[in-house]
Amino acid sequence: MPASAGMTSEPIVTVEALPAAAERASRSRFDASGAVMALFAAALCLLVVLPIAWLVVFAFTDRARNVTLANFVTLFTDPAFVEPLLTTLIIATSVSLICCLVAAPMGWIVARTDVPFARTIRMLVMASFVTPPFLGAIAWELLAAPNSGLLNQLYRAASGAGPDTVLFNIYSLPGLIFVISCYTFPYVFVLVANALDRIPGDLEDASTMLGGSAWRTARRVTIPLALPALAAGALVAFLQAMTLFGSPAILALPAGFHTMTTKIWSLFQYPPKPELAAAAALPLLLLTVALLRAQAFVLGRRGYTVIGGKSGAPRLVRLGWLRWPALALALAMLCLPVFLPYGALVNAAFSRIPSQLMTLDTLTLHNVKFVFFELSATKLAMKNTFLLGALAATCGTLLALVIAYLTARAAVTGHRVLGFLATAPIAIPGIVLGVGLFLAYTRGPIVLYGTLWILLLAYLTIELPAAYQQLQSSFRALAPELEEASRILGASRLETLRTITAPLLGPSLVATWCFIFVAVVRELSAAVILFTSETKVLSVLIFDLKESGDLAAISVLGLTMLILTAAVIVAANRLPGFGGGIRLRNN
Amino acid sequence: MGPAPNCTRRRILQGLAAAPLALPMLGRTAVAAAPPATKVTPELIAAARKEGKAIWYTSVDLPVAERIGKAFESKYPGVAMRVERSGAERLFQRIGQEYASNIHAVDFVNSSDAAHFIVWKRDGLLAPYVPEDVAQHYPAEHRDPDGLFATWRATLSVIGYSTKLVKPEEAPNSFADLLDPKWSGKIVKAHPGYSGTIMTATYQVARDLGWEYFEKLSAQKIMQVQSAADPPKKLALGERAVMADGVEYGMFLLKDKGEPVEIVYPAEGTPLIIGPNGVMKKAPNPNAARLAQSFMFSLECQQLMVDFGGLRSFHALVKEKTGRKPLAEIKLMKDDPAAVEKQADDIKARYTKYFKV
Repeated sequence: MPASAGMTSEPIVTVEALPAAAERASRSRFDASGAVMALFAAALCLLVVLPIAWLVVFAFTDRARNVTLANFVTLFTDPAFVEPLLTTLIIATSVSLICCLVAAPMGWIVARTDVPFARTIRMLVMASFVTPPFLGAIAWELLAAPNSGLLNQLYRAASGAGPDTVLFNIYSLPGLIFVISCYTFPYVFVLVANALDRIPGDLEDASTMLGGSAWRTARRVTIPLALPALAAGALVAFLQAMTLFGSPAILALPAGFHTMTTKIWSLFQYPPKPELAAAAALPLLLLTVALLRAQAFVLGRRGYTVIGGKSGAPRLVRLGWLRWPALALALAMLCLPVFLPYGALVNAAFSRIPSQLMTLDTLTLHNVKFVFFELSATKLAMKNTFLLGALAATCGTLLALVIAYLTARAAVTGHRVLGFLATAPIAIPGIVLGVGLFLAYTRGPIVLYGTLWILLLAYLTIELPAAYQQLQSSFRALAPELEEASRILGASRLETLRTITAPLLGPSLVATWCFIFVAVVRELSAAVILFTSETKVLSVLIFDLKESGDLAAISVLGLTMLILTAAVIVAANRLPGFGGGIRLRNN
Repeated sequence: MGPAPNCTRRRILQGLAAAPLALPMLGRTAVAAAPPATKVTPELIAAARKEGKAIWYTSVDLPVAERIGKAFESKYPGVAMRVERSGAERLFQRIGQEYASNIHAVDFVNSSDAAHFIVWKRDGLLAPYVPEDVAQHYPAEHRDPDGLFATWRATLSVIGYSTKLVKPEEAPNSFADLLDPKWSGKIVKAHPGYSGTIMTATYQVARDLGWEYFEKLSAQKIMQVQSAADPPKKLALGERAVMADGVEYGMFLLKDKGEPVEIVYPAEGTPLIIGPNGVMKKAPNPNAARLAQSFMFSLECQQLMVDFGGLRSFHALVKEKTGRKPLAEIKLMKDDPAAVEKQADDIKARYTKYFKV
């Protein structure tokens, strides 16, 4: 996979050049490394293969576990399944496209120009990223429900239009695509902005010195170097939109249509039909595999190593007076996922009726009191959520780091399989993975259903692909020469990983940790299958509240959740030795 | 409404006699096998305190459920009540899923789909336990003959409208009125795959008016929500003008708060929704569960449910709240949990066929 594979070949350590003792020491340490790595590979197999195996078994069997293709026949002939499949593909494609169109220019503005308040813009994108999509969808209901939506009310008041005039209808396919895009574009933005951050200025300087115009430099140097990140972003956006459950469950059902995930979810209502659900998940899995192969084919043969032992600082484009329009554009974009929805949530949290603008007369603390003093599930759900978030983020980062290292440096035979296994779960809708895990861990020998462990496994599996992709792209951008130097000097792979690679990847590691943490807090679809009353998490609690229409309580709970999440992320980024401390550039 | 409580009660019971209930049918197998009524003793309270909490799976709207939980906790300090609220159909599925994996998390349970209790009874999930109040103050048709459960609450699935968006004289008076093209795009409706209230109501309406009614209603571009507690809230928001179904108590609560909503008891009859409560045989906190079950049927709790929660009670000493139409004066549709139990899958399948979700 990595373009630099030629340099990572195994026996680069020239044994003759080293003293015999050092060689022996190196050997023995290398053995330990191998064992540790084998352990990680085994853990990965357990995490990924077990639920998928159960899915395959269920997809190809009937209730009595006799082999049959009947599930697929139903799936591809019944319009009740074909329509959701098409709807899902339309949503995923549109979302992917919109996200790239918005995130690429914004990423460029923030990373490569002298736009004012670039850090603030990044923080606000982060804010939209930590917003769970289902919470965003609920906030947009408050804003753009056809009759009670604040924006529609405002429009009617301003234009004097009649009570049936609707400016926005969020309960529609375009409405759903819009809301999913709002909370998916940060994936693309983060990938693109990080890639642009890492492109060293000397490459662009070289182009300029050789007479390249600004546009030519962008076209021949900057854009190609950022392309892998954009492609990865498009893919992640597509897959996120395809497997998302919360937003469609909130917006598509009132509109009267299903997506694949809500259809699968409805198959688990009583009496549950896990066979059909498993069959419905397999096409999504195959599609993802095809997309990943296509990505590897397009990007695989080019070299994108941008961080070597030496490189120059990135060069910022001077926008001149255009700085302010650029800032305005970015802020206008951020209205949609951040300012407006948060405003609506704050309004709903403190007003008597969520569809009325709060005034001093209607201001109430009743909802806050209800959530913190009457709702008996609040404390438990908060504890579970943050405990699981921290655990999953720590284990997941470690797992993704080792696997990304193994595959990026082609360190073990079968590393391609590892890479595939680590990416495969992205194709499994969380709800179906939840069922796979449910099937795997409700019968002997290991019974985990009803414990927090099964949720931890679910979160690890679901978040692994993104974490792995993120660290893998960091590895791709990290020339192996630094590690090779360490290895030549006698360090084992594991030691090298610990002393050289991990510190160089410090900021990426913190980012990955935060990414998983946030993703766990956001996760709803697997949790909705796997929770019990003792292992309830915040997302499930909010979803429950949503089903009975308790919008004010949701707003209070959602805002609390966001504030706590933000606090955790800020704390993680202040961690000494990570993030701020290490710079990848030699200036 | 009459000021004399007994009069009111008689009228309720008359109303119920007019609407024969299926609960007596449930006990055909064993007659009068119910255990003797149990008093709340200091020993039971002490044993419950030791357990420290009772976990209640219920489909009653969350603010009402939590209010009852808080009332229980203040009466019996040291015993917490953890409320697990979801749609009755969802809870039914969850309990099935948990019990299939040998997870016994639920102590006692309430469902707005009385058919669930037929299944739980048949599967032997429930423990016999008769609180003193149930034995003394509940009509026989609302007690399981084997003492496994009793009707803890009742409500109606009503039509409603927003008085801000609809003038009273233009409001629908019947299910048939909802098919008028003028309501196209203006109706909100809950889902029988989620809500036990709506499952029960869908059965009754389809039985009395035929499935053609739902087929025609599905052409009205309705807004589909999940819980029967949600449509009243959508009216209060001003999101839709009319609700085709939804819980009566939700409407009472909003009216009490001064929100612009009004109830319509449809001319064809209003579906009656019975919500029994029972203790699980494998309750993790068996004493706390029994203490809570006793509390649930006490006059104190039942009166709170009526006054604060807008629910209907079959406790003989409970007084109806002034200003609410007494049950006896409302034309009710017959409820029939045994039939719902047999037809539940068919109801869900047909509903999905018409409404697409």
